[in-house]
Amino acid sequence: MTPIRPWLLILILAVTAGCQTPVAAPDDTLYQDLGARSGIADVVEELLYLIVDDDRINRQFRGLDVASFHRHLTDQLCQLAGGPCTYSGRAMRPLHADMAITDTEFNALTENLVLAMERNNIATGVQNRLLARLIALYPEVRNL
Amino acid sequence: MTAFRLVLACLTLLLSTAGQASPGSRLWATGGVTTIDGSAGGGLVPWALLSGYASDREWGGTLALSRLDSDDYSLDVAAASFNWRNRLELSIGRQNLDLDSLVFALKEGFGLEQDQLRQDIVGAKLRLWGDVLYSPLGQWSLGLQHKRNRTFLVPEAIGARDDQGTDVYLSASKLLFAAVLDRNLLLNATVRATRANQGGLLGFGGDRNNDHELMAEASVGVFLNRHWLVGLEYRQKPDNLTFADEQDWWDLFLAWVPDRRLTVTAAWVDLGDIADLQHQQGAYVSLQASF
Repeated sequence: MTPIRPWLLILILAVTAGCQTPVAAPDDTLYQDLGARSGIADVVEELLYLIVDDDRINRQFRGLDVASFHRHLTDQLCQLAGGPCTYSGRAMRPLHADMAITDTEFNALTENLVLAMERNNIATGVQNRLLARLIALYPEVRNL
Repeated sequence: MTAFRLVLACLTLLLSTAGQASPGSRLWATGGVTTIDGSAGGGLVPWALLSGYASDREWGGTLALSRLDSDDYSLDVAAASFNWRNRLELSIGRQNLDLDSLVFALKEGFGLEQDQLRQDIVGAKLRLWGDVLYSPLGQWSLGLQHKRNRTFLVPEAIGARDDQGTDVYLSASKLLFAAVLDRNLLLNATVRATRANQGGLLGFGGDRNNDHELMAEASVGVFLNRHWLVGLEYRQKPDNLTFADEQDWWDLFLAWVPDRRLTVTAAWVDLGDIADLQHQQGAYVSLQASF
């Protein structure tokens, strides 16, 4: 029997030790602060009402399957907030590629999201934390 | 002061007819307030933000009245601005500085009978790149302020070389979401080439220095929520005249944005020594309407 060489032993130990390191639980504080999935679903519902009434952007949403849009956006915000959801819709960039979204429209949507959160009594600090994660999507949505 | 009355009348009209059309699509307070020079910024320092709320498919503007009462002076400013598609800001400002307690000294020392210093400022600011909220490196703007004294008797007597001058500045502004106790933090830095004495109210250039010099200016503000912004400003200044040393300016401000159409700013301002009167500190109040 060939004895295990010391360096191999060290390598095996290192690899298995790496496997045993507990994987940090994903930080879902923001998700909880938003009221979990039902809280986020309420915000998205309010957002949809605001979009329909907003002449700056409602034409971009015309003909949309409202139920599926609501589910996808809720999942997306839930996932962004660190919650146990998976966004299963299309990727942001191809989804918005042909929409030629302007800054005016992007600002209008951000405004409506803030108002929707306010109407659901989401605290200012929690709103800010969600916005901090959402603005990373700006270049994809604007197709920049 | 007709400019003051004109702006006041328009401002009242604007606020009384408010309620229908929104002034623009940019988010609350992202147009800053009106500086004493008429450009969008804080109270003393111009920011890279363009005035009002016009976004890339819109136009808009602001009207503002401001008053600063220091120990020995009072400054009134009437200003208006126009913003085209959040790309170009054009502004005008008219400043009236009441000399109050300096009047006597001027008469005794120089034989000058002058109770006010007046100046007009025409400004332009071009957004070069970026968005204060969405771009990782923030928003960058290049601006100029052409200033013209309407009264040059006093500046000339104390050694100012010109009754007009142009400041050129480069500004960067960036809002960091949830940066301080989950509150949004607004950072601004400005570099200004200037030869203005006391912002131009005491003329341009002097015996100590007659060239444009680079001055650093900065502001930092925290949004308590979308209606309240509290912050600090610093404006470095040249020192061109032997007649009187000039100090940097500071202020601590609180801006209230109840609505896109209205902003009320209050500040405590430290202007240092002005002419031969020392430690000029006081209160600043500014009212701005957006359309």
